Amino acid sequence: MSKSRRELLLEGGKVLVMTAAASAAFEDVMAGHPEKAHGYEMGDHWWAMAIDVEKCVGCGNCVRACKEENGVSRQPYYFRTWVERYHVRGDQPEHPEVDSPNGGYDGFPEKFRVDDGGKSFFVPKLCNHCAHSPCTQVCPVGATFESPDGVVLVDKTYCLGCRYCVQACPYGCRFIDPATNTVDKCTLCYHRITKGLTTACVESCPTGARELGDLKDPSDPIHEFLRTHKTQVLKPQMATGSKLFYNGLDGSVR
Amino acid sequence: MEEQVLAAVQGFMYPNEMELQWSVLIVLYPFLTGLVAGAFILASLVKVFKVEEVKPTYRLALLTALSFLLVAPLPLQLHLGHPERSLEMYLTPHTTSAMAMFGFVYLWYLMAVLVLEIWLDYRVEMVHLGKTRPGLLGRVYRWMTLGVDDVSPEARRADAKVAQFLTIIGIPSAFLLHGYVGFLFGSVKANPWWSTPLMPIVFLFSAIVSGIALVLVMYMTITFVQGKEIPMPCVDTIGRYLLYAFLIDFSLEMLDLLHRVYEADESFKSLDFMVKTRLYTSQVLVQIVLGTLVPIGLLALVQMVKLTEGARKGIYVVAASLTLIGIFAMRWNVVIGGQLFSKSFLGYTSYKMGFATREGLLPAILLLLLPFGLLWGLVKLLPPWEEPETEASGSGELAA
Repeated sequence: MSKSRRELLLEGGKVLVMTAAASAAFEDVMAGHPEKAHGYEMGDHWWAMAIDVEKCVGCGNCVRACKEENGVSRQPYYFRTWVERYHVRGDQPEHPEVDSPNGGYDGFPEKFRVDDGGKSFFVPKLCNHCAHSPCTQVCPVGATFESPDGVVLVDKTYCLGCRYCVQACPYGCRFIDPATNTVDKCTLCYHRITKGLTTACVESCPTGARELGDLKDPSDPIHEFLRTHKTQVLKPQMATGSKLFYNGLDGSVR
Repeated sequence: MEEQVLAAVQGFMYPNEMELQWSVLIVLYPFLTGLVAGAFILASLVKVFKVEEVKPTYRLALLTALSFLLVAPLPLQLHLGHPERSLEMYLTPHTTSAMAMFGFVYLWYLMAVLVLEIWLDYRVEMVHLGKTRPGLLGRVYRWMTLGVDDVSPEARRADAKVAQFLTIIGIPSAFLLHGYVGFLFGSVKANPWWSTPLMPIVFLFSAIVSGIALVLVMYMTITFVQGKEIPMPCVDTIGRYLLYAFLIDFSLEMLDLLHRVYEADESFKSLDFMVKTRLYTSQVLVQIVLGTLVPIGLLALVQMVKLTEGARKGIYVVAASLTLIGIFAMRWNVVIGGQLFSKSFLGYTSYKMGFATREGLLPAILLLLLPFGLLWGLVKLLPPWEEPETEASGSGELAA
């Protein structure tokens, strides 16, 4: 392989300016292929999720599948995704009764009677993969970042464990992994979606209450979903550019 | 463990919110940096604003600021999940992160302002001590002069000029240091208890209050222990400035409170309930009544009624000590209080502090005592008592 003088100078310059390791990494950074999946171009995708509250039955399959697929701590109160049950009396939308026993991992024991004058529904939650994410903004070292294909990820080898991002997330989607002392969160099953698969939670949902969508793919059904449903994001006043689009989201949901 | 966690919860918390993220160590951090900024502002009263009465505390205030500044990053370090990676904040800072800027603000303040100012102020003495002290100690002083042993009147005039300039840039730097700490909390829009543009300025004034109170108590205690007469014009002046700063601080905090109560936005009911229940003791009783209203009342009393010297001294010690407790409670209520309610505004948790754990009470107490240990060493090395003028003659008095 012959090199022009220009290439040689460029490479030599890089090695001089950076350490050998940094100059090797520079190639990957410029190529934009951290995942290095065959045939996957990050610039071609913009991931989002459609969630239909009307369809969720609170079975907890998604929670179990997520923990299994991603090796999330089985201790209670560490969740990349969880399900909340809301019970709202018609005249008290500001005072919903909410629970999420073990994040919905074991399903929901029956609690409310049909004729008690209220309505009950389930709300699946996960990282909103915000386009203007307040969590990545505050990370002191940039260990958490928005990928070019719209997924908020964490570099666990770089995270200090300062927990500032946990404080900054308005939706409670982050936690400190007790095994690594670094922050952990939903990756939108990045290891799967970059290989053409869908996420574990979507895969395991029996009613199709969650659907992964690629907003850059004009043929993706998410466009039809967004066109035909009145959707809402969580806490729109936070202006985080959330990419979880809920159908049938009650005004009482926080 | 599950039952234990659930027992602390009332209402609904997001599942990941069950664990409190920031412990008592993060309460210490704004408390310590606040003392630094406040002590420095007191020192600058002498240099910049020419408040001559406060001069006896000038050097003690600077050394206090340095001791506390050296300890300030330690609680953060102890809190990190990976302290060994903390240097990355300097090497690969994320420019949009308020926290990433901490390292730079800290270093700037430590090296460019505080250490340099102390060095200039003590330089003549260090040269003298380097020549007169025998053995290792002499060598330490000589090393501390960095080889600059010109003590001619011209050199000293140049020192004074640079020191004057440093104090002037030191004031905005001290403001920056603590205003920045306030911004760290005030800019978290996800948390309504923290998110207010008033936060940096409230932090700043409470910092000034706490720093002045600390130097006042220490100065009076040290002078008393040394068996010397406490100069009343000095402590009266500090007491007066403490009152002024406190009045501004209290007004700002009340403005914040009034604003919250009057606006009563979506978070209000949740926060109001929290203050009336889980934060009642630390916020209403300790911070506002005991730590603010009582010291303000005592300090105001001195201004309004003619009291004896003894009564005034007593009032200053009591008021300043209560102030320190109150400001610590304020930091506690901000940091811990901001994590006791769910971001869903539907529930509350409580904070269980360990004792001899990594982030427990014991390390917190040790970290709080450490600056006093450092200060003791610094005072031994660089006695703040003599006026620079007396040593300029090169007399042997310093050895006394």
